[in-house]
Amino acid sequence: MNSLILRVASRYLAAILLVFSIYMLFRGHNEPGGGFIGGLIGATGFILYAVACGTREARATLRVDPQSLAMSGLAASLLSAFASALFRDAPFTGQWLFLGATEGSKGIPVSTVILFDIGVYLVVLGAILMLVFAMEEEI
Amino acid sequence: MSWLLALPILIPFLTAICAFFLRRTGWCRWASVIGSGVLLAVSLLLFATVLREGVVAAQMGGWPAPFGITLVADGLSAVMVVITAITALAVAVYASAEISERQVFLGYHALFQVLIAGVCGAFLTGDLFNLYVWFEVMLIASFGLLVLGGKKSQIDAGIRYVMMNLVSTVFFLTGVGFLYGMTGTLNMADLSLAVQQLENQSLLTVVAVMFMVAFGVKAALFPLFFWLPAAYHTPSFSVSAVFAGLLTKVGVYALMRAFTLIFVEDVAYTHQILLWVACLTMLTGVLGAAAQSDFRKILSFHIVSQIGYMILGLALYTPLALAGSVFYLVHHIIVKGNLFLISGVARRITGSTELSKMGGLYKSAPVLAFLFLIPAFSLAGFPPLSGFWAKFILIKAALEIEMWWAAGVALFVGLLTIYSMTKIWAQAFWEPHPEEIEPSLKSLSNFAQVALLLPIAGLALLTVVIGLNPEPFMDFATSAAGQLLDPSDYVQAVLGVTQGGTR
Repeated sequence: MNSLILRVASRYLAAILLVFSIYMLFRGHNEPGGGFIGGLIGATGFILYAVACGTREARATLRVDPQSLAMSGLAASLLSAFASALFRDAPFTGQWLFLGATEGSKGIPVSTVILFDIGVYLVVLGAILMLVFAMEEEI
Repeated sequence: MSWLLALPILIPFLTAICAFFLRRTGWCRWASVIGSGVLLAVSLLLFATVLREGVVAAQMGGWPAPFGITLVADGLSAVMVVITAITALAVAVYASAEISERQVFLGYHALFQVLIAGVCGAFLTGDLFNLYVWFEVMLIASFGLLVLGGKKSQIDAGIRYVMMNLVSTVFFLTGVGFLYGMTGTLNMADLSLAVQQLENQSLLTVVAVMFMVAFGVKAALFPLFFWLPAAYHTPSFSVSAVFAGLLTKVGVYALMRAFTLIFVEDVAYTHQILLWVACLTMLTGVLGAAAQSDFRKILSFHIVSQIGYMILGLALYTPLALAGSVFYLVHHIIVKGNLFLISGVARRITGSTELSKMGGLYKSAPVLAFLFLIPAFSLAGFPPLSGFWAKFILIKAALEIEMWWAAGVALFVGLLTIYSMTKIWAQAFWEPHPEEIEPSLKSLSNFAQVALLLPIAGLALLTVVIGLNPEPFMDFATSAAGQLLDPSDYVQAVLGVTQGGTR
C-alpha cells in the first residue's frame, strides 16, 4: 500500500502503540494487562508500519530478526523459572528484590515475575511478527 | 518433587533455545538429540517416582491449588511422558540424517522441541485452561513444522489443519467458559468434586458433548477426522512420524482424562456416544486405508482406525477396557511412529511413497523388510507382538460386558488392517521395482544408514519386548486404569498439598 498519509501517520501511531504496549506490560502486574496483551499491541505497531512502509523497512526498524526476539523471550521466561531453583523454591516462584527499601516504603521492587512477563512479551511480539512478515512477503 | 514434574516441560524449551541459536552450526542437531536424551532420563525418573509413590502433584510458583497451575502425574500421564521422550529421541536421531540444511536453518529443531514441550505440558497439566494453552503451543509448533519447506501441498495441508483445529479451539473455550461459569474453578481435581454438587446436571452433559467435539477433532474421531489424512502425508518423514505418534494421542489422552475425571455423571449417555463414535472411527479409518495406494496415506488412515480402539476402551468404561486403552496408547505410539520412519527410508531408496512406483525392497534391502514386518504385524495384531495383546485385552473387555457387536467390529477392523499391511508388503517389498532398479540401503551414506536405521531398530525392539513380555506392562496399565476410574488419589494429591510438594 503506498499512501503518503498512511506512511506519515503510521510512524506516529506505531510509536504510540509501542509506548502503550509497554504500559500494558507493566500494568499487568496487578491489573488487567501483561506480557501477552502487551506483545500483541506492540506487534500491531510494527504490523501497521509494515503495511504502510513495507516489510523490508519494518524489519530494518526492528533491527533483530523476529525469530531471535521470540527465542530470547523464551530464554528470559525460562530464566525466571530456573531462578527459583537457587532459592530452593517450586518452579516459577517469584523472587523479589526491593531496591532502596526503607521502613516506610518498599523502594523499587524488582522480581523474576516481571522477567517472566517481559519474556512473554518478547515471545508474542517475535512470533506474531514472524508470521505476519512471512505472509506479507509471500503476498 | 515440583522440579521433577516441571522439567519434562522446561527441558524441551531449553533445548529449543539452544538448537535455535546453534542453527547455523553442525551442533544444532546434536543439541536436539542430547536434549531429547536428557528428557528421556528425567521422564524415566518421574515414571519411577510415580510407580513408587502413586499420584504426584506440584504447584507452580508455590500458588496453592486450585488457584495456581498444578502439574500432576498419575500412571497415565507418567507413561505418556516417557513414550513422548522415547519418540522424541528416536525422531531427533532420525531427523539428523533426514532434515535438509535449509530446514534446519529455518528452525526445524527448535520447532520440534517446542512441539515436544507442548505435548509433555498437555500430559502433565492438572488445569483445564492450561491444557488449552498447551494445545495452542502444539498447534503453533506443528503448523510451523507442517509448512516448513513451503511446498504448495504443504501449505494446503497446513491451512486445513489449522482451520479444523480452530474449530476445536472454539468448542474447547466455550466449554471452558461454561464450566467456569457453573463451578468457578478450572482445576481438574477441583472440578471433579465441584461438578458433583451441580444442580443442573443436564447442562453439564451439554458441556461434556462440547468437550467431546473439541477433543474429538484433536484425536481425529469420526466424523471429525478428515483433516488428518489430508495433512499427514505432506511434511518431511520425521515430522509426520512425530505427528502420527503423538499429536492425535494428546486428544485421546484429553478425552480419557476429561471423561474419567470430570464428566462421569451421565456415563450412560456420554459413553454411549463415545462407543458409537469409536466403532465408526475404526470402520471409516480402515475402509479409507483400504482405498489408498500411497504408503503414508494408508498409514494415516490407519491412525484414525486405531484411535477408534483406544476410544472403545474408554467408552466401555470397565477397569479391563481402560487398561486396554492405556496399553493400546503405548503400543500404538511406538508402532505408528516407527512405520512412518520406515516409509521415509523406503522413500529414500526407492524414490517414491506411491505403492505402484515402489518395489524390490525385500530382495535388495532385507534388513528394512524385516524391520517393517515387526511394526506392521504388530499393528495388524499378530501374536506375539504388542498389538496382539492390545487388541486382545480390548476385545476381551468388550466380550466381558457382552458388547458382542463392538467386539465384532474390532475383530473385523483387525482383519482389514492385515489386508492393508499385506498390500504394502506385497507391492513395496515383494514385487520387483517397476523401473527395474534394485533399491539398496548401500545408496545411503554410512552416517545416514546408522542415523536412519538405529531409531527404527530401537522402536522395533521395544515392540518385541512388549509383545514377548506383556505382564509387567499389563500390570502397570491395570493400575493406571484403576487410578483413572477412582480419582480419589488424584484429587488428594492435587488438593492435599499446598506448598510445592516435598522437595
